[in-house]
Amino acid sequence: MLRFIVRRVLGAIPILFGLSVILFMFLRLLPGDPAIAILGQHATPQLIAQIHETLGLDKPLYVQYLNYLGQLLQGNFGASIIDSRAVADTFAIRFPITVELTIGALIFAVGLGIPLGRLAARHPNGWIDGLVTVVSLFGISIPIFVLGYTLAFIFAVELHLLPYPGPIDPRLSVDPVTHFPIIDAVLSGNPGAVVDAFAHLILPAIALGSIPLAIVTRITRASVIDVSNEDYVRTARAKGLTRKRVDDRHIMRNAWLPVTTVIGLQVGSLLGGAVLTETVFGWPGVGSWVVTSIQNHDYIVVQSLILIFATIFLTVNLIVDIGYAFLNPRIRYS
Amino acid sequence: MAVQAPAVVVRAAPRASRGLWRDALRRLLRNGPAMLGLLFIAIFVAAAILAPLISPYDPTVGVIGEAKHGPSLQHLMGTDSVGRDEYSRVLFGARISLTVGSVAVLTGLVFGCLVGALAGGAGGIVDTILMRVVDVLLAVPGILLAIGIVAWLGQGQLQIVLAVGISYAPIFARLLRGSLLALRESDYVMAARSMGASPARVLLRHMLPNALTPLIVQATLAAATAIIDVAGLGFLGLGPGDPRVAEWGEMLTGSAGFLQNAPYLIFFPGAAIVISAIGFNLLGDGLREALDPRLKR
Repeated sequence: MLRFIVRRVLGAIPILFGLSVILFMFLRLLPGDPAIAILGQHATPQLIAQIHETLGLDKPLYVQYLNYLGQLLQGNFGASIIDSRAVADTFAIRFPITVELTIGALIFAVGLGIPLGRLAARHPNGWIDGLVTVVSLFGISIPIFVLGYTLAFIFAVELHLLPYPGPIDPRLSVDPVTHFPIIDAVLSGNPGAVVDAFAHLILPAIALGSIPLAIVTRITRASVIDVSNEDYVRTARAKGLTRKRVDDRHIMRNAWLPVTTVIGLQVGSLLGGAVLTETVFGWPGVGSWVVTSIQNHDYIVVQSLILIFATIFLTVNLIVDIGYAFLNPRIRYS
Repeated sequence: MAVQAPAVVVRAAPRASRGLWRDALRRLLRNGPAMLGLLFIAIFVAAAILAPLISPYDPTVGVIGEAKHGPSLQHLMGTDSVGRDEYSRVLFGARISLTVGSVAVLTGLVFGCLVGALAGGAGGIVDTILMRVVDVLLAVPGILLAIGIVAWLGQGQLQIVLAVGISYAPIFARLLRGSLLALRESDYVMAARSMGASPARVLLRHMLPNALTPLIVQATLAAATAIIDVAGLGFLGLGPGDPRVAEWGEMLTGSAGFLQNAPYLIFFPGAAIVISAIGFNLLGDGLREALDPRLKR
């Protein structure tokens, strides 16, 4: 097992290394002087000289890259051109918001997708199955921003059931301690703030979770049908075990495996989707930061965020793979 | 001892291959949902082609004093925030979404197939290097990769095609390489090789045609996501950036401001995106079932 983990961790390193090379070239290959491309309208001779100095643009390319890599390994991603703050500092404030949104979406997708998939698999091609198929077709065909605004219109503007926009009502003036809206609300000791933070999470979590929901439902359905046709399941039924026991102990144990992998892969689409969801719902997380940074031509931030998102995505999949090998001994030894 | 060339050259019967595609077509035509998908796509293709003829108004010219009028007989889908006819804009928007979306998928397909064919065909060190590059690109979430490329290349239709295309290429490359690797060990490929067919001939004539079906299915499904991704870029302000063209995603850019008094401005372009994406998803699922009857549930 340890060898498997070591092998997988070592496999992720060249990918990140390659990505850092590409992102390094991203800035260097911008047309014209990279310093002017980075600074844009803020360019003054003094600032240009300063960028040349920090990026070491007068040194050979490989020296520049090694410097960049050295800084990265120390956790130094550079600073934003707009507010001169270190990328790592702003990230620490914004990331918890994105994590809360992503976890909310994942809970929605997995919490609803697995029961729906199991329900659909119970009577393949029955009416419930048909309904689930239609819903999941809709889920993968509707853009996050269309679904997000539609939900906001129905539940916030028309029905006044749920709040929009933002992660929490600013009038509650909850102190940002951890920067996780719900945890901060709990720490504030105000029960109303906790309810408000949860209410704010519902619509964006549904909007972001719709695609993973569709995919988790489809995979669960397919996986459960697949396992249900196995001989040992028939044997279990023939022994006279109750349906619930066969479902829980015999079918789901094995049906879980492909579902776990797919859930891990969805983290990538969730991180990408957070860019759109946070823009629609006005959440000041990392996703909306990507958008404002691109609008401001803040390339150092864009470059760093792409690298960080990729690192998170690879790490999550690494954990899922290791968990998978833990659950399924056949993987470990192959 | 010299190996004798076979006296009789066995030619593949042309009927066999025609039968395969014909069977698939027959299965596709009998698939209700797939035909519904095709109908949705046909409606939008017709709208895109006929837009200049059937649009009641110029999609780029607004009328002062007619901003945000709700749907009426004059303006079937109302007017937008600068008084342009929403119906005409949805019709013209089909041109951008369908062409940019499908050309982006084709671009991804071409890049992906080149890389996949080279990796799966050549194997060895070429395969290792190319697949590491593919791994790097796959590590960045798709839409984020496209956003990064647009940020780098700048705005414009061609840039969006490249951005979305490149973000899909690694998926096609992996798919094709996987099928090729499996086919390489198959008996008929070994037979072709032992009969003295050149590597290029084995790859192009024997392996590629058999690796095509998953690519066709994947490309159709990718067209649905491409339409959504192109609209997403437009929504984020990274669209064609050309005031002379209407684009569905861009039409949704200021949507937060429409929630209170003009929700139809979200509904109509949104519905256009959803219906065309459903069209390609239904057609893609139908093609999968038609081309691989074993998968039929």
